[in-house]
Amino acid sequence: MTDDSNAAPESDIETAIRENDPALITYITAGDPSLEDTKRYVEALDRGGSDLIELGLPFSEPVAEGATIQAAINRALDAGTTPEGFFELVDDLETEAPLLVMTYYNMILQYGSEPDVRPFVERAAEAGLSGIIVPDLPAEEADPLREACDDHGLDLVFIVAPTTEGERLETIMSQVSGFAYVQARLGTTGARADVSTATHESLERLSEYDVPKAVGFGVSEGDHAAEIVEAGADGVIVGSALIDIVAGSDDPAADLEAKAEELKRGAVRGAESLTVDTEDTPEPEQP
Amino acid sequence: MSTSDPEHNRERDSEATFGDYGGQYVPEALMPALQELEDAYERYVLENEDGFMDEFRERMRDFGGRPTPLQRADRLSERYDREIYLKREDLVHGGAHKLNNALGQVLLSKYMGKERVIAETGAGQHGTATAMAAAHLDMPCEIYMGRTDVNRQRPNVYRMRMNGAEVNPVEAGSGTLKEAINETFRDWATTVETTHYVIGSVVGPHPFPKLVRDFQAVIGREAREQIREKAGRLPDSVVACAGGGSNTMGTFHEFVPDDDVALYAVEAGGSSLGVDEEEGVAPNSATLSTGTDGVLHGAMTKLLQSEEGQIVESHSVSAGLDYAGVGPELANLVETDRVTPVNVDDDAALNGFHRLSNLEGIIPALESSHALGYLEESHDELGDLVVVNVSGRGDKDLETVLEETEKRDLEAAPDVEVFDG
Repeated sequence: MTDDSNAAPESDIETAIRENDPALITYITAGDPSLEDTKRYVEALDRGGSDLIELGLPFSEPVAEGATIQAAINRALDAGTTPEGFFELVDDLETEAPLLVMTYYNMILQYGSEPDVRPFVERAAEAGLSGIIVPDLPAEEADPLREACDDHGLDLVFIVAPTTEGERLETIMSQVSGFAYVQARLGTTGARADVSTATHESLERLSEYDVPKAVGFGVSEGDHAAEIVEAGADGVIVGSALIDIVAGSDDPAADLEAKAEELKRGAVRGAESLTVDTEDTPEPEQP
Repeated sequence: MSTSDPEHNRERDSEATFGDYGGQYVPEALMPALQELEDAYERYVLENEDGFMDEFRERMRDFGGRPTPLQRADRLSERYDREIYLKREDLVHGGAHKLNNALGQVLLSKYMGKERVIAETGAGQHGTATAMAAAHLDMPCEIYMGRTDVNRQRPNVYRMRMNGAEVNPVEAGSGTLKEAINETFRDWATTVETTHYVIGSVVGPHPFPKLVRDFQAVIGREAREQIREKAGRLPDSVVACAGGGSNTMGTFHEFVPDDDVALYAVEAGGSSLGVDEEEGVAPNSATLSTGTDGVLHGAMTKLLQSEEGQIVESHSVSAGLDYAGVGPELANLVETDRVTPVNVDDDAALNGFHRLSNLEGIIPALESSHALGYLEESHDELGDLVVVNVSGRGDKDLETVLEETEKRDLEAAPDVEVFDG
């Protein structure tokens, strides 16, 4: 960070979102069902049009996750996924989309010989990760990790919840790096059949802040992506719907690629309808 | 903990942490609720706004049965050749100290205008206490309980249901307290705007460890006055069992400034003190004695975890102690050498159970039996005047005790064969 009045140079993550707006951000759990499979799945998501890819490093007590991702985490742990195995996977990956790690704070603290966030951040930077998301680390507790991330050029992405308002919102938005992860609804992660009204309210609340905003929690279809982008998001985040494919498809890599394409098309469709709206030439009613 | 900004930490120390322990490591969605709870804690509990604490004390007296006696245990005193006093939290309504906290928090949630309470439970005592308090105060209540614990604590499941609470078995993991807490956090993250989470011990994010401790501190406050009245002085040592640590902190809190009073937290040594990292299992729940620093369920504390940071499954014959974490304040009191962590194994606890039942006519909870097991093993180190907290009564544990006793050759046990059919 510089003290110049000019804004700091954009990070890989911010650039990926701004240049690809509307951006598709995809999540899968590393090691589900094995790290070799994860490598193929990540490459498929990359080919399918993901602009950023979140990789979950499994933690045994994922309190922010719903049943789908919890099951994926259990499968990954049963397969023996370790932090070092995770980093070796990232060492091997060559994707166009920047990669982020999503994990819980204890996993970050325990990497290294005593509880300290720095060894994890150093290894993450060395492996080529661009950022970190920690669902159980609110801004109040984030100073040590943020400083370590700043020192190594990594973004620390914060989640903005439907309950985040007033002073807390100010504080978080002043600390956002990369993008603001807008939680679409209260509760845990998990694919849903519709887009929550809380999404619209949250995006409205955030509209005055000039930082990229991506919406996650419950997004599963191209139509959702379109609706979210229309509501003002710069990106959509999809996880559980992809885990369902990992767990249930005969050819997960092909289906993940196709799903990413569908979601990206949906997001683009949402952006196009916005352009139409702003040009004040509404599309004619369908007959 | 070497990377913290000192200024940041100084500011947080006074509020949210105990030395290096504590804090608020929760999903963002819950942070405003914690802020709201901090405000309510300060106003109602610390400042007695709207007479909250007066109402709480009155209800604890009339509904809860406080104060509980501090009883001289004549035959134990004779056996160990020193003065042994028992703080009888088993006589609190519901059969355990848990009501002190549950009634406090359910009442607080009413004052806060919440519409519903949820809680996790291990042995079922906290669930039972929350269900009773919720019925008493006319508040809808839902309880999460691990499947293993549902199976081994059936009487408490019935009691919760009789008091009108919904009981949700949690199938994940080993189906014990840790999984129940995860699930309750998930419910709370969805319903946080209308729901208060009545956390059952001095664990979790700030302000829960302080809030629960303050509701439980009545144990030590009474015991301190009572021992001065009965014995004319403060005890040489105070002994309490420790799982999450709510009866421990409740018993110790008022004695912490009394440097001459030794404080012993007795943990569940289970069947062995080791950890099988490969299997992800610790056959014990001795977090204070063997755990390492980390973050679980909202707080930095001592944990049973693998080198990589995965939380391992704990074990104790006592469902109420079967937890891989512990309260952050207790962790700090151990770290600063004010509290001595000790442990006894499952056999010693079962012997403690039978011994107190036989000698004193008090059937203690398996949790409390650990404290009694330690008394048997180490009374020579405890001085001439000892207070032991009997945190709860053992009715809920009878099935477990019979089953576990049959498997072993226990010195203090009666012939349990006669219980068969």
